[in-house]
Amino acid sequence: MSKSTILSSSIGRKFAMALSALFLMIFLLQHFLINLLSVFSTDSFNEVSHFMGTFWVIQYVMQPVLIFGVIFHFVMGFVLEIKNNRAREVKYAKNKGAANSSWMSRNMIWSGLAILSFMALHFIDFWIPEINIKYIQGDMSGLLDPTLPESGFRYFEELVHKFENPIRVGAYCLAFVFLALHLLHGFSSAFQSAGANNKYTKGMERFSKIYSVGVPLGFVFIALFHHFNH
Amino acid sequence: MMNLTLKIWRQKNASDKGSIVDYQVSDISPDMSFLEMLDILNNQLIEKGDSPVAFDHDCREGICGMCSLYINGEAHGPDRKVTTCQLHMRKFKDGDTIYIEPFRAKGFPVIKDLVVDRGAFDRIQHAGGFISVNTSGNTQDANAIPISKHDADKAMDAATCIGCGACVASCKNSSAMLFVSAKVSQYALLPQGQIEATDRVLNMVQQMDEEGFGNCTNTGACEVECPKGISLENIARMNREFMKASIKS
Repeated sequence: MSKSTILSSSIGRKFAMALSALFLMIFLLQHFLINLLSVFSTDSFNEVSHFMGTFWVIQYVMQPVLIFGVIFHFVMGFVLEIKNNRAREVKYAKNKGAANSSWMSRNMIWSGLAILSFMALHFIDFWIPEINIKYIQGDMSGLLDPTLPESGFRYFEELVHKFENPIRVGAYCLAFVFLALHLLHGFSSAFQSAGANNKYTKGMERFSKIYSVGVPLGFVFIALFHHFNH
Repeated sequence: MMNLTLKIWRQKNASDKGSIVDYQVSDISPDMSFLEMLDILNNQLIEKGDSPVAFDHDCREGICGMCSLYINGEAHGPDRKVTTCQLHMRKFKDGDTIYIEPFRAKGFPVIKDLVVDRGAFDRIQHAGGFISVNTSGNTQDANAIPISKHDADKAMDAATCIGCGACVASCKNSSAMLFVSAKVSQYALLPQGQIEATDRVLNMVQQMDEEGFGNCTNTGACEVECPKGISLENIARMNREFMKASIKS
């Protein structure tokens, strides 16, 4: 077996899935921390958002890597689900999955699909308008009115505006519940897939629970904070 | 004494479609083993001139790995760290309905009724589950090779796998990774296993994939249902060994 066949093997695929998951979890944490700034300081949030939206390393290196990571993760998720379904052609008449495994671990495809649906909404809300303003209209100023420098940055205003609609806020909160469920299995699973099961595993599992509940709960807090305060 | 309704998978041969058939058994003692209960049912069927239910069994003391059965939705039934032959009827109540199905996986095709072909495990073993020893006359005494207690214990724990296939049957993806990782680990942890270490993990994983088993998603069901308590730690070790071997080769 040569190196080129790593991705065609079951372990190679799960290793790649784990690496993409770990990358996405790092991205999610930095996204959360930047969003959290919006609660404490409008100016800091605007400054950091402008930096992230205009710095070439972020825009032309990290953003394509992120898009690849997201697409790879969900495409591989679908591929594995199809392959795994084919591995048991006749299903059990009676199966007690709950007796030996968590709901989260058995339903990653459904929590993943819920997150994917949310991402479509999130892209329509933020990413597509951002790409339109910067790369189609050519406005890299980040200002509310590009002709008026004193108008200030637009990022905080856009964020607050999006969280005015209670239906959208509800959809965001629901999506973060699914994200928490996905992470509650996915976080520690990624480490196991990457071969990390050792004396640090217990501690890592405790951290994974804090991350998996804390980060989505934080996003929910930010959405509700702006909904009720603006 | 208990009266039970059994819902048993009946399938004449590998090409038959098969279906669940209901049976009633009465006067079952709670002290009987599960397989003895099936023996009683088969006696009844033979007396009536019906075909007995085919099921695998051999040692009936939990060490051969021959018995299987998916009982009420769990491999080897509701008890933990026992094989079906060690399961007693005291785990059930009078009037219970018990589903009895074969281990289900594409890699374990049903031969007849509850008997499945687990030859895939043998082929995985043939692909790398062995070591080479120089037997020319100056073979080193295994007891003279220093091995740390930690590694020896881990290797022995992995070697307790009896290859029953409960891991595959319990896994929602029909993954065989717990079995393969136990076999890889028991050699990877010992100096005797180092000569073929790279080829072993690559060949055994390749054979596992060719047999049509699914991909592990770390649900942990295999570890819970394993009658010998084989740990998920072995799967992590196999993942490491595989990636290391893939880079080396």
